[in-house]
Amino acid sequence: MIGGLFIYNHKGEVLISRVYRDDIGNAVDAFRVNVIHARQQVRSPVTNIARTSFFHVKRSNIWLAAVTKQNVNAAMVFEFLYKMCDVMAAYFGKISEENIKNNFVLIYELLDEILDFGYPQNSETGALKTFITQQGIKSQTKEEQSQITSQVTGQIGWRREGIKYRRNELFLDVLESVNLLMSPQGQVLSAHVSGRVVMKSYLSGMPECKFGMNDKIVIEKQGKGTADETSKSGKQSIAIDDCTFHQCVRLSKFDSERSISFIPPDGEFELMRYRTTKDIILPFRVIPLVREVGRTKLEVKVVIKSNFKPSLLAQKIEVRIPTPLNTSGVQVICMKGKAKYKASENAIVWKIKRMAGMKESQISAEIELLPTNDKKKWARPPISMNFEVPFAPSGLKVRYLKVFEPKLNYSDHDVIKWVRYIGRSGIYETRC
Amino acid sequence: MTDSKYFTTTKKGEIFELKAELNSDKKEKKKEAVKKVIASMTVGKDVSALFPDVVNCMQTDNLELKKLVYLYLMNYAKSQPDMAIMAVNTFVKDCEDPNPLIRALAVRTMGCIRVDKITEYLCEPLRKCLKDEDPYVRKTAAVCVAKLHDINAQLVEDQGFLDTLKDLISDSNPMVVANAVAALSEIAESHPSSNLLDLNPQSINKLLTALNECTEWGQIFILDCLANYMPKDDREAQSICERVTPRLSHANSAVVLSAVKVLMKFMEMLSKDLDYYGTLLKKLAPPLVTLLSAEPELQYVALRNINLIVQKRPEILKHEMKVFFVKYNDPIYVKLEKLDIMIRLASQANIAQVLAELKEYATEVDVDFVRKAVRAIGRCAIKVEQSAERCVSTLLDLIQTKVNYVVQEAIVVIKDIFRKYPNKYESVIATLCENLDSLDEPEARAAMIWIVGEYAERIDNADELLESFLEGFHDESTQLQLLTAIVKLFLKKPTETQELVQQVLSLATQDSDNPDLRDRGYIYWRLLSTDPVAAKEVVLAEKPLISEETDLIEPTLLDELICYIGTLASVYHKPPSAFVEGGRGVVHKSLPPRTASSESAESPETAPTGAPPGEQPDVIPAQGDLLGDLLNLDLGPPVSGPPLATSSVQMGAVDLLGGGLDSLIGGTNFVAPPTAAVPANLGAPIGSGLSDLFDLTSGVGTLSGSYVAPKAVWLPAMKAKGLEISGTFTRQVGSISMDLQLTNKALQVMTDFAIQFNRNSFGLAPAAPLQVHAPLSPNQTVEISLPLSTVGSVMKMEPLNNLQVAVKNNIDVFYFSTLYPLHILFVEDGKMDRQMFLATWKDIPNENEAQFQIRDCPLNAEAASSKLQSSNIFTVAKRNVEGQDMLYQSLKLTNGIWVLAELRIQPGNPSCTLSLKCRAPEVSQHVYQAYETILKN
Repeated sequence: MIGGLFIYNHKGEVLISRVYRDDIGNAVDAFRVNVIHARQQVRSPVTNIARTSFFHVKRSNIWLAAVTKQNVNAAMVFEFLYKMCDVMAAYFGKISEENIKNNFVLIYELLDEILDFGYPQNSETGALKTFITQQGIKSQTKEEQSQITSQVTGQIGWRREGIKYRRNELFLDVLESVNLLMSPQGQVLSAHVSGRVVMKSYLSGMPECKFGMNDKIVIEKQGKGTADETSKSGKQSIAIDDCTFHQCVRLSKFDSERSISFIPPDGEFELMRYRTTKDIILPFRVIPLVREVGRTKLEVKVVIKSNFKPSLLAQKIEVRIPTPLNTSGVQVICMKGKAKYKASENAIVWKIKRMAGMKESQISAEIELLPTNDKKKWARPPISMNFEVPFAPSGLKVRYLKVFEPKLNYSDHDVIKWVRYIGRSGIYETRC
Repeated sequence: MTDSKYFTTTKKGEIFELKAELNSDKKEKKKEAVKKVIASMTVGKDVSALFPDVVNCMQTDNLELKKLVYLYLMNYAKSQPDMAIMAVNTFVKDCEDPNPLIRALAVRTMGCIRVDKITEYLCEPLRKCLKDEDPYVRKTAAVCVAKLHDINAQLVEDQGFLDTLKDLISDSNPMVVANAVAALSEIAESHPSSNLLDLNPQSINKLLTALNECTEWGQIFILDCLANYMPKDDREAQSICERVTPRLSHANSAVVLSAVKVLMKFMEMLSKDLDYYGTLLKKLAPPLVTLLSAEPELQYVALRNINLIVQKRPEILKHEMKVFFVKYNDPIYVKLEKLDIMIRLASQANIAQVLAELKEYATEVDVDFVRKAVRAIGRCAIKVEQSAERCVSTLLDLIQTKVNYVVQEAIVVIKDIFRKYPNKYESVIATLCENLDSLDEPEARAAMIWIVGEYAERIDNADELLESFLEGFHDESTQLQLLTAIVKLFLKKPTETQELVQQVLSLATQDSDNPDLRDRGYIYWRLLSTDPVAAKEVVLAEKPLISEETDLIEPTLLDELICYIGTLASVYHKPPSAFVEGGRGVVHKSLPPRTASSESAESPETAPTGAPPGEQPDVIPAQGDLLGDLLNLDLGPPVSGPPLATSSVQMGAVDLLGGGLDSLIGGTNFVAPPTAAVPANLGAPIGSGLSDLFDLTSGVGTLSGSYVAPKAVWLPAMKAKGLEISGTFTRQVGSISMDLQLTNKALQVMTDFAIQFNRNSFGLAPAAPLQVHAPLSPNQTVEISLPLSTVGSVMKMEPLNNLQVAVKNNIDVFYFSTLYPLHILFVEDGKMDRQMFLATWKDIPNENEAQFQIRDCPLNAEAASSKLQSSNIFTVAKRNVEGQDMLYQSLKLTNGIWVLAELRIQPGNPSCTLSLKCRAPEVSQHVYQAYETILKN
């Protein structure tokens, strides 16, 4: 199990050092010397130095490192480090040197609670916040104490009892990132959508929720009864390659009935993640044309086409066209938006605020090059794109989210529900 | 006010100030002071001098302050054990506190104070806490047992805590169960023999129930523990799999990977005919792909594991090639791993796509990545024959880019392509030669030299090229290649190159200090001067093709690593014993055997079309594998050596020596050493027929060797249509051989002999084909020595030293089995250092010790020692205790297992006592037999 956990600043100074096991020796310095101060780029997130293994992740310029001498579950250690970052962020916001120094007592307290002898324990912020606070411990009544302990260890460790809201309300955000790798000829090399359903719940009591979407398997199963409905909704259903759920979702029920039922944590959480690869709506198509005119000049023309309903508007569109390292000057002409050559980033950045569906726009640039002796050809990195669209490129639709709270007197109808779809570009690249 | 100010106090005399503040009456001031102390502690200042003052602050009802003091205690108690006792009272009191949070805090902290004196006081509070009414306290106490066990294992056993911990597995609270499982698993790891985690269907059921209810971390503990369970039959395996599969949809990647581990392991027990088996395979792919959308560090862990899974069960991900395409922004460690998996998944169906990608990668920035991509193109050519041509032309394109490292890497892989498809792509040699000047890396130079030597007859100016290389002969990394290449050239074009060959031979033999080079030089020299025709046969002999899959992990290691999915072992691709110190984690795990019911459906190569069952002699119990091998036999007589010595682990010291160099010297009739994809072995093929050389110089006879048993009849003529085989095993200077005597007792001539071994415990395999030069006429007898290697496939046999052999001739295929004496496996470097011997002897648990009596052996210590030494049993130390001579001896088997022995000889008493200690106790019996045979002969 984890033998110790250290947090360093960018210089390698120790901000937090918590040792759980003696066997790790002087690991604090070993990591600093061999990884943080190492000359070369980091080649692996796991390093073995003198039979001691180090796992590290970086958040801005802060290093978090877990150390062990045993054959630990490596996936668990990384998951724990991410969780640790989440918990810290939930308590004091951004993970920065200043915030860590300001909260070091709190961090030690958290580390004591969520990692015992190197075994991760309950790390749900909802539960932790009930008894680890920055104001010192409030005096608790006996009932409160036992409520805390039963929640921390209980089956529903993510929610406390007795939550009350005057207005029962929930928000569902379907956030998708669409990834594309396209060949210069316009052939899709790979495309997938990774989506998340994020829920913000402000519900009283212990509500039992059931979430439904246009999952092909479910629709087809239900469709058996009414043939009519199948033909209507069959087109709109989507094939989900795989999905994972927040720990509140009853996985065995999903496995047997494919229904998503859960008691949600209070506030914001990520209900599910999913991945689709079939029938993806690619919101934009990028058509590049690069021509080398002699050894000192390059002509680039890029056309983008939007491919969705004309009534919808895409936002924050940004096209990034890489330029060679020996670029000496760039002239750009674009019909829409603003384009600029950014020498520090070796790219032409073309920004368009808004663009409706079924439109196209074009940019052309002339790049002057300095002659070089470098024999190596320019690698031509792909043209990448960023955007945001108000629909889900996978085609996912929320069909329902039902809420039942048998003990309290509010029904599904009384809950105010909001649904929103946002599609963003993930790694959206076209080779040129 | 924020806490960061505590980091900035650097004044002199601050310890004094802190002391004063700690003793202040004001609560706030006290707390501030403790915070300062902790901050100093974090940055590495020694604040242990404040121990009594800080401990004084412990008695408080302020929980935050208490936690800080505890933190300090955990850090410094060890350096101040006497002072730490002062804290005990408070701990004991806190363990009785009405607030469960405080009870748990006390028991948690107490376990972290690693002072012997304190542990005694810990027992009573811990016992109470293990039975506390509050689950939070119980789950904390469960972990505390593991802590205490780490400090004082005996105490934990004596106090009966292990039993209480076992009871907690049935606790009503899932988190308590999970922590108890975690604690027990860790304790069990340091006691491999104990059945602490006595898993049975009932307890498994409890664990599976808790699995649905506990936290994500708890699920990982439980799944990792389940993976150690061995279901009793395929039904049970299936029902566990069914209950574990829902975990594949968990958001936590570690839960998913641990579930994959359980499924991969238990799947071994399921019959492939089962519908469920197919369903399960299909269910595994999507979650594995999903892992690739996690954060990069987890992607890396996932990719390292997928690399194993793809080798074990390629069918799972065979359609998912695209997800492994490299993204421009992937961190380099992710890129390199993806590339590796792409090659493993490459097949005829997707090769076009893969090649297009690889070509793209070869223009990237990172040098390592580009090199690997170029190498991957070569590997594709070797793997998918249909694509070879396209790969070669892609490589040529890349050579045209003239990027130095790309060119060099391309030449290295083209050499391998030549070795796989000889006489096919020589047209490219001209292009390669154009780039000679840019080669500055030894590996590329060596590859180029090899190519020039191998195809000398087609390169007009081969002599000039090699001559130019010869100018830099002092560059020692390519000397061996150059020597071999020039000798090859000489044999092909003797007239023009006489001067060159003499020059290189004198350089190698006179001007070099490198023994390998000198020896090889002399061998060539003598060979050339004695019999040029024989030299030609030897040096230019046809070499077996290299195998298509390279870099595969050796199957037994792979199986072991599959049992470690998700853990560090699977990230390093090494067994835990390679990176974990001491006794922890050195238990070897293995996949469960397939159940009997599924055996028949298991291997596709078990074709029923082999020899009719009636003719199979009863000596062979398992015919399945032999039948499969038989098919191989019929296909092509040159049984191309043992499988590649590929994985780096296996190559480690012993095997490389055993299969390579050593066999050059000892074997007679040695034809081709095992091929290897490693360029270092490039020169190895010249080993062909070296033994003839030794026959000429008659140097062999004087070499000492192990005891050789007289030949025994292995296959009587009656059972083999007139072929009688008798034989024995020998070991001489590191090489093992099987000395066979074939007698033809039939009336017709026998030809086309070939031999094949079944998989066996030590991977014995013929290192060369069985060469019977002339047809064997009736009543003729021929003596053959067949060199053996130990890099064949391994399967544990019963008895351990059982070897099943199939021999084929023009009449039929015959089977027999024989037992080989274990001492042929004792290697020459089996002498252990004294200190090491002592430490190892202590380290091996006493259960592994076996004692034997060797009767009627009237030898004194000296005689016994020298006798044993000649069979590679080495005396490490000698002692005389009360008139008895004690010999401490060590030996090492070809697969790296060490056996330590203590031989007690009493003067005047004809029997002596042998005690053996070994980490693999099953070999002891056979080592004893070896001792007995050696001593008595």
